[in-house]
Parts: sequence; C-alpha cells; structure tokens
Amino acid sequence: MSEVANMAGRLALPERTGAPSNLARRRLVQSIAIGLLWLSGLVVIVALMAVVGYVILQGARVINLEFLLTPPRGGLSGEGGISTTVVTTLYLVVLTIGIATPIGVGTAIYLVEYADERRGQRGIVPLLVDAARFGVETLAGVPSIIFGLFGYALFVSALRFGFSLLSASLAGACLVLPVIIRVSEEALRAVPRSLREGSLALGATQWQTVWGAVLPVALPGIITGVVLSVGRVVGETAVFYVTLGGSHYLPTSLLSGGRTMALHVYYLAMDTRAFDKAMGTGAILVLAIILINAVTNYLSRRLTTRMRG
Amino acid sequence: MDRSMRCLLLAGALTSILIVLLIGLFILLQGWPALRQVGLGPLLMGRVWRPQKGQFGLLPMIVGSMLVVLGATILGVPLAVACAVFLAEVAPMPVRNVVRPAVELLAGIPSVVYGLFGLVVLVPLVRHIPVPGNSGFGLAAASAVLAVMILPTITNVAENAILAVPQDYREGSLALGATHWQTIVGVTLPAAHSGLVAAIVLGVGRALGETMAMIMVIGNSVILPRPLNGNPLTLALSQARTLTGNIAVEISYATGLHESALFATGLVLFVLIMIVNAGAHALMRGGQHERSG
Repeated sequence: MSEVANMAGRLALPERTGAPSNLARRRLVQSIAIGLLWLSGLVVIVALMAVVGYVILQGARVINLEFLLTPPRGGLSGEGGISTTVVTTLYLVVLTIGIATPIGVGTAIYLVEYADERRGQRGIVPLLVDAARFGVETLAGVPSIIFGLFGYALFVSALRFGFSLLSASLAGACLVLPVIIRVSEEALRAVPRSLREGSLALGATQWQTVWGAVLPVALPGIITGVVLSVGRVVGETAVFYVTLGGSHYLPTSLLSGGRTMALHVYYLAMDTRAFDKAMGTGAILVLAIILINAVTNYLSRRLTTRMRG
Repeated sequence: MDRSMRCLLLAGALTSILIVLLIGLFILLQGWPALRQVGLGPLLMGRVWRPQKGQFGLLPMIVGSMLVVLGATILGVPLAVACAVFLAEVAPMPVRNVVRPAVELLAGIPSVVYGLFGLVVLVPLVRHIPVPGNSGFGLAAASAVLAVMILPTITNVAENAILAVPQDYREGSLALGATHWQTIVGVTLPAAHSGLVAAIVLGVGRALGETMAMIMVIGNSVILPRPLNGNPLTLALSQARTLTGNIAVEISYATGLHESALFATGLVLFVLIMIVNAGAHALMRGGQHERSG
C-alpha cells in the first residue's frame, strides 16, 4: 500500500518544481470558489435586510394609530393616514380571490383528475386539454401591465365598468389565476393514488371521489396557493394603476374606484413626493407580505410533515 | 351529476386559454388603428415619440427596455446562479433554512417598495457620480433594482435544475478524485445547463415585464439612451423609458390614435415576452427529455 503511494508520489514529482502541488492548488481554488458562493448567499441576505430594514425603519417614524385609522386627505403633501387604502386593499383581495379561486381550483381538478385518463385518445377533448395547459403556461408569463391594459380595454372601456373595484378585481383575477392553478395542481398530484382507488372501489362516482376523498386531503395545499395569491394582490400595482382609478375615498359600490396601499405608495412617492408617508405605507405593506409569507411557510411545512407522517 | 360536473370543470379549465385569446384579441383590436395608420416599420424603428404631433416611434422604448434588462442580467445573473449553487450544493441545512426564506421574501416584496427604495436610496447615490447631466435617474439605478427583483425567479428555477441532477453523477466525479468544486463546475452545472439557461431566460422575461419600479427610477425620458459624455460607460447614467413604462405613464390620459399606439406598445411587449417565455419552456422540456431519454 505504501509502495503504491510512494510510486504515485514519485510519478508526480517532476511536475512539482517549487510550485504548490496539484492537490494543494485544487484545494486553494476550491476554498476560494466555495468562499465566493458563501458570499453570494450573504449578499442576498444583505440585499433583503437593506430593502426591508430601510423601509421599515424609515416607515416606523410616521406609523402610529392615527396614521392607520385616519383616511388620506389627498392634499399635495400627503396629509392624513391610510385607513381607506387598507380597506380598499381588503375589498380587492376578497373580490379577486373570490373570482379566481373557484375557476383556478376547478381547472386544477380537471387537469389532474379528469384529463390524464384521456391521454392518447383521439377526439376533441384531448385537444381542449392541451389548449387549457397551454393557456395556463402562457398566462403565467404575461406581465402585469398587459393584464392592466387588457382590463382597461375590456372591463373599463368595452363593458363600461369604468375605473372600479369590479374592473380591477376581474383583471386581478386573471393575474392570480395561474398561481392558484399551479399550486392546486401540485397539491392534488400529491394525494396518494390509493385514496382514489379506495373510494372508487367503494362505488363512489368520480366526482364523489374528488369531492369526498381527494379535495379534503389537498385542501391545505390549495389554501397555500390562495394565501400566496393574496400576497400577489396586496403587492400588485401595475394592474390596478390602470383599472382602479386611484381615488383616495372609500369605494361605496362595486362600480366605484379606489386606491390600494401599494397604489398609495406610488402616488405619495411620485405625485406628491411625500416620501415619509410613502415609507410608512410601504412599511405596512412589507409587514403584511412578511406575515403572508410566514402563513404560507407554516401551512406548507405542516403539510409536508403530515404527508410524511 | 358526474357528467355535468366534468363538463363544468372542463369549461373552467378553458378559462385560461380564453383569457389569453381575449388578451391577444383586445390588444390587437385596440392597437390596429395605430398599426395601420403609422405602419409597423415606422412604429418599431421610429426614433421620435411625440403623441401631440402624431409621431409614434417606439425605438427609444425598445432600446431602453433592452438596455435595462441587459444591465439587470449582467448584475443579477451571476449572483442569482451563485446563490442557487450555494443553496443546492454548499449551504448546510441551518444556513439554507435562512437563505431560502430570504429569497422567497425578495420575491414577495411589492415592486412599488423596490421602486421607492430605488427612488430614495439608489437615485441620490448615483447622483453623486460627477458627470454633467447626471440626474441619478437612469439605467444604472434601474438595472440595480431590477437585478434584485429577478434574482428569486432565477435562483428558484436554477436551484431546482441543479437538485434534479442525479446523485450518481456527483458520486462518480468525487470517486475519480475531483474536488467538490471541480464536481460542481465539471459535472453538476453542465448536467443542469438547460435548466440554468431556462432560469436566466425566465428572469429576462420577468425583467421585461416589470413596470412600476422602472417608472420610479429610470427617469422616463423619451430619448434613445446614449452616453452623457465621451466615456461610453456613462451610457449607464442616461435616462430612458421602458415599453411597460410607456404604457403605464400615458394610458390614463391618452385618447384616439395615441391610445391605440399605447396598445400597439403592449402588443410589441406581449410578442417579445411570449418569444422569451416560449424559449424558456422549450429549454426546460428539452432538459427533461435529455434526462429521461
């Protein structure tokens, strides 16, 4: 054994003239490279801390109970608080999610539970399934300003809904639809096949199986998708910028316009240059997103432990 | 009951493709007058955008979008890919449990908040560079903001691509005496290359579509970006306007042919992004075939 090592050492000897050995060089390169990789992880953390920390610290200066509970007065220096924008955001979240969830979950159920059995068959249905899949894939890549433009053309102008909660939530639903579909699809695919077979063997129809056996198990995953979409709606600006109008008053009906927190940040920063108030609103927005992220993480973690257990 | 449910669900599943078709139809319909009266060539190649005088050239916005995406790619891609490699191959579990949620949170931060941060922190910082005509607003600040915004997209997809490389490949390489780093560079990354390219292309698509943060930091001047003085690097300090920004800034007051020209802008953007995304999806599918075949 040691003879072999000796031979190997002697073979390598001629290359080793003063310079560090091949192995030492490789180790050096490796430690530098791995060090750089650690640095990249650190940079990400620092970038996050810089943005989140700055906005929250600056925002904390103007945040108090009055800021949260008074409506914005719409003046040039951004007087007033943010109460109406918080309520408008909630309205819009409820409406958008209410529209998108049934369609999104229905799509996922069809694609997972019904479409696969048709694979390889001929006829119109497989073609429609392919079209549906293509639609979901394409929709996921459409930028939000295009949804805004579409909402402006169809809902605001053509259907005469005007700049309103209705127009904005319909356009917003198009935006979050692919998110709900994708996450629900994953949740449904994670349900064990044996559950379906057991239910079908007991004489349940396919819909009874889906409703009674598959959906309850997939529900936490589906809820994760819905919560994720709530985050998208809360943070979205471009779509609502061109469909919601931007009035700082509280919407009184489905057909009246309004202003979400994210839009309020934009108007404060760009129109009135009230940066302190913009930071305050932005800080509330970031805190809301952190909360929503924590909820999704909690849900998906509980889900994985239950699946394993 | 069962049959009607099936039909109802199929109808639901077709909503997405219906929306895609409606989007295409409405944007084309609304943009048609501009396409016909201005013409596709002058629209795409025209250097002057002056709606009051009926001049609708999109070239400044097309170049602006491309330059800011290029800048974000140069700044963001190395970091994003490095971070993906770090998460998949290097980071111990406790570190991964900190960095991955951080990446997720970066993805969740609203684009107006990035824009606000850029406006209040980065723009004044860039303004310190002593070049005449430097306002702070422009490609440099916008690229930096955009680089952070596309990082989560690229990192997530790239990490999945790296994790999908079979463990045997790594073990084989290590058994041959390669170091951990040589294994990453020589075996793992080449095996994951189509996924990595797809990740970058998806990031480019995301960058092209970003709107609000860009409006807030890029300056929005309708000019062909050019260096501020003899030094070509000052191109980064030039103001610009993106295709997305062009739509968002003007749509609220535009009427007639002007409004139609904004829809034509949307059409250009839509087509650009569809091409980019189709490329990414083709790459991802190609990668799957390679592995399973």
